[in-house]
Order: sequence, then structure tokens, then C-alpha cells
Amino acid sequence: MIRIFKIAVRNLMRYKRRTLLTSLLITLGVLMVILFSALSGSFKAMMIGQITDANLSQIQIHKKGYVSSMDSIPLNLNLDRKGYAKIEDVLKRHPAVDAWAPRIKLGAMLSNYSETTNIRLNAIDPEKEVKVCPAVGDRMTFGKKGSREKLIGPGEIIIPDKLAKGMKIRLGDTVVLVATNKDGSVNGLNFTMAGIIEVVVGPQGKEGYIHIEDARVLLRMEKPEITEVAVRLKDFDMLEPVYADLKSALADFKNKKGKPAFEIHTWEKLSPFYNIARMIDLMSVSMKLIMVSIVLISILNVMIMSVYERVREIGTMSAIGTTPGKIMALFLTEGFTLGLISIAAGNIIGLSGILLLNIYKIRFSFGKMDNLLLAPSVSLSELFWLSVVVLIVSVLASLQPAYKASRMEPVDALGHV
Amino acid sequence: MALVEIDNISKNYQMGEVQVPALKQITLSIDEAAFVSFVGPSGSGKTTILNLIGCLDKPTEGKIVVDGKQVNTLDRKQSAVFRGSVLGYIFQAFNLFPVLTAYENVEYPLVMIKNELALKRKEQVLEVLEAVGMIEQKDKRPDQLSGGQKQRVAVARALVTRPKLVLADEPTANLDRKTAINVIRLMHDMRDKFNTTFIFSTHDAGIMAEAEVIHTLEDGRIIQSKQYPSSVQEGEK
Repeated sequence: MIRIFKIAVRNLMRYKRRTLLTSLLITLGVLMVILFSALSGSFKAMMIGQITDANLSQIQIHKKGYVSSMDSIPLNLNLDRKGYAKIEDVLKRHPAVDAWAPRIKLGAMLSNYSETTNIRLNAIDPEKEVKVCPAVGDRMTFGKKGSREKLIGPGEIIIPDKLAKGMKIRLGDTVVLVATNKDGSVNGLNFTMAGIIEVVVGPQGKEGYIHIEDARVLLRMEKPEITEVAVRLKDFDMLEPVYADLKSALADFKNKKGKPAFEIHTWEKLSPFYNIARMIDLMSVSMKLIMVSIVLISILNVMIMSVYERVREIGTMSAIGTTPGKIMALFLTEGFTLGLISIAAGNIIGLSGILLLNIYKIRFSFGKMDNLLLAPSVSLSELFWLSVVVLIVSVLASLQPAYKASRMEPVDALGHV
Repeated sequence: MALVEIDNISKNYQMGEVQVPALKQITLSIDEAAFVSFVGPSGSGKTTILNLIGCLDKPTEGKIVVDGKQVNTLDRKQSAVFRGSVLGYIFQAFNLFPVLTAYENVEYPLVMIKNELALKRKEQVLEVLEAVGMIEQKDKRPDQLSGGQKQRVAVARALVTRPKLVLADEPTANLDRKTAINVIRLMHDMRDKFNTTFIFSTHDAGIMAEAEVIHTLEDGRIIQSKQYPSSVQEGEK
């Protein structure tokens, strides 16, 4: 086998320029795919991380029907204490769940005593929230008493930066929140501006924050209620199976009408970024298809030319007793070797490129987020499968010319001019 | 004992709608360790008869038995296997693989056909290269060798698998007279050394005189067969 490889390499090097150009073309295709995968994968992972760790969480559980009407922040679709207890029970029993946090979502009027505007609020239990969204504090700027660990205390409010700027509200200022509860009664409370939060993309990216106990007072809840339970997993890669498990467990709970009491969604169903992520995946697949086409056409071209240029040689091989199978194997090995050399070069240059991109950091803006830093990387499994695909395509591309070579009649091939 | 038995073979080539006869009802036998030449002008059927004996082509009629095996009924793969195990080939244009050295060209049949172990391969290759006087040039590629040297390597390649029969189609046509005589005498020596049957074709009167058996072909028929005792020839040289 080593000898066949040696002969194949020698045959490839017989036409150095052609082999090098073809190999270069395949190498560029592989390089393009590796760099695109690394950059787009890093962008996707970072954006998903921003969305799930900074405000949305990985999984959310609501009362059935809430998500379809979440734009109006319906207070009549909150979960009561019993419902929350049932959900907690399911979450406690699942070993893959790392943390969960209750939230109340509400809309309110924000006043600085001279101007009034509307605001969407996320009322949180700060201790639990930082466990579910560990990066939530990264987007916040706090006053003297605040911190990323503490986040927010009773009587405090954190306002989106654009809103604070527009309303000329500064850290430490007092503001008034006026909200209507589900029965239609209006209530108002004073809050101290404890922090400013950067706006991020997504449905919950422009919300302010208050303490969950303040929301209960503001909405005059007679019994504790919550809007949603945000869930974080120990391993994000286990999202799909854990989601399926939790969905199945929650489906056991029915409301008075005998229908499911809860609904559960992953971040994918809640964030519009999921569609962008899918577009990125689609582009990645397109790049791979282009690369496969490059490999297929270039190797097919080289191998066809190789067979036509070596007809007499094929006749000689056959005349001295080389079986059709071995002639075919020789040409397949040439195609395979060309693919192997190209994929090796592509991988080496691609990994070097990724290393350079990590040394010379790439910063970019996305939506209203500035100064985002990409950390491109590519997994070994992706490199492995990419290499396997290129090698398989290389062999497939060589199949027709190799078959043609193996079927040549020696007497005709020897007489070929 | 006959190594090759040809029984009433004919070969026609189809040229458009016309059938062109290349060989007509040829019957002959060739003994083991013979040194045989087919001679005749161009188009007389020399190459065709060598191709038929060498299982590169099939006769239109008749039967060919080589080393006890009827070769005209073998399929493509069986023919290749038979060629690899019983036959050796020497070509007019040498047909060495240009990317391989002299050593590797000779080694090729052992790698691709015989699957011999590396140590045994080396021993066999060096033995035949030594026998044809090409041991010094073993690491040279064909483009670094003269015509005579290339044909010596081709002889070595044909002999390395220890075939019973070596077929050589106009092996000296691309060589000057002196080199051509040397190559034919080398083939003769190899016959003596390895007891291999050699059949070659030529239209050169000087070369044909080196053969022990001469079959003269004309228009696809054998018009004359002559046998010269080896000792007589040696004396004439």
C-alpha cells in the first residue's frame, strides 16, 4: 500500500504545476470553510451567550398561552404559588438543571416628575437571577451602593441607558413608577435609580429591572404570583434533551379544563436571533457545498486529464499483468492523495489563520451592542468531518476516470498515439 | 515439450463495414526455453500473433494454449492474472514508467502483481538488474538512461517475476544496430540463465539471425519456418 501511495505521489508530481494549482484551489476551499465556520460559529456562540446569559436565559416556563400574547404583558396569565411549586419540583428533580429564577413581567409608566414615559420591567429575585443569567450585571452600570453581585435591592430601579439619557435621569435620582394591576387598579411607588443597563437585541433587551417584592407591592398582589421561571442548565449542549425531558414532565400538569397548565420554551423560540443563527448555519452549509463542488470538479478534471495522458502507460500496466482492480486502485489513490495533501494544507493554514485571528482580536458591533470581541475557534470533530468529506469527494471524483482506466483494452491502449 | 500451442487461429479486424484479415489459419507450437522470432514486413501479422499469444487480444477463430491453459477464452481479469504469472513483456518503445527509477520499474511487477515481501523483492530485483548489467544505473529514472539501457531495464522488468515466456514486440526497432544486437544477445543469455522462452518479432535481417527458430510471416500466413541449432549459431557469431 505504501508503494502504491509512493507511485501515486510520483504520478501527481509528474505535472507539478497542475497538481499544485489544483491542490491550491482545494486548499483555499477548505481554508474558506474553516475560517467561515470559526468566525460564524464564534459570532453565533457569543450572541447566544449574550442573549441567554445576559437577559433571556436558556429555558423559560410560563403559564400556558403566555408566550403567544407576551407583547401585551398580560398579568392574568401569571403563575400562582401552587403552579410555581409544581415547576420547582420538576426542576429540582432534573439533574441537568443548574439554577432557576422567578420573574414578574410588567408594563408601567415612568416619571421623573417632569416627564412621563412607558417602560417594560423585569422584576427579579437578584440572588437567583445572577445564577440563571450570570452576565446580566455585565451590561449594568451601578451607582455607589450597587454592584454586579447584588444587582438590585428593594426600592431600587435599573433603567435602560437610552431611556435614562432621554429622560435625563441620573444614578441616585428618584423616579415614580405607576402600574395598573390585573384588576384595573392603579398604584404608584417611588424608586431610586440604582443602575443603568445597556440595551441588547431580543425581546427582553430593552427592559428595566426592579426587585420582585417591589413588583408585588406595585401590582397589589394579594398572593405571590410570578410571570415566568427562567432556567439555566449545567451544560448548554444538553439543551435539547433536557428541554424534551422538562416538557414531558410538565405536560403531566393540567388546568381546570384538562389542558396543559404550563408551556416551556428554549431561547430559540423566544429570540429572533435564532433566525439569524439559522441563516448563519445555512450560509455555512452553502460554503461547504461550494467547497465540495470545488473538490469534485478540480479532482475530476485532473484525473480525467491524467488518464488521457497516460493511455499507453495504462496499456503497459495491463500488459505486464496489473489487474483492472489494481489499475483502478492506483488512480483512486492518486485522487485520494491529492485530496489528502490539500486537506492537510487547508487544515494547517486554517488553524494558523484562526490563531492569528485570536492574536489580533476582531471587534465588531451588532445591533446596539458595540465593541463585541470575537474568539474564533473550530472543533476537532468539525475538522475531522470536513477532512472526511473532502477525502470521500476526492475518491468519488476519481471514480469515473479510474474506472475508465481499468476498462481499457491493453491492445488498444498500447497502440494509442 | 510445447509451451505454446496455436491451433488454426485466424484474426480479422473490423474496419468500418470491412473485415480485414490479419492472421489466416496459423498452426504452430513453441517449445519451452526456445528462442523464437517472428519476422516479416510491416502488416504481415507479427504484432497480432504476439498479442494473441500474450492474451492481449483474442483470435476470431482457433485455439491458443499457453503453459497448458487455453488463453483465448479468458476474461479481462483472468487474462491479466495469467499475464502477470506466466508472461513477461518487452516493448519496442521500452514503456518504462517515467516516474519510477530503474530499480522501481523492475520492482513494479513484484509490488503490483506478485505482492512479494520487501526483502524478497529487493533480492529478486537486484539479481535481474545484475544479470542485465544495470546495477550501477538502478537509481536513475528512464529519462536519464540511453535507449539500450532502457531496454535492458525492460528486459529485467520482464524477467523479474520469473515468467515462463517473454514476448518482445520489435524490441530493437528503436535502437542502433550495435545496441540492438547487444539487447538480443542479452535476451539470449537470459534465456540460458533463467530457462525462459523468448518470442520476439523483428523485420531486421541482422536481428532475426540471432533467433534459433524463425517463423516468417507474410499477409497473415506463415510462409516459412526454420530452426537453427544454438551451437551452430554460436559458431557463426
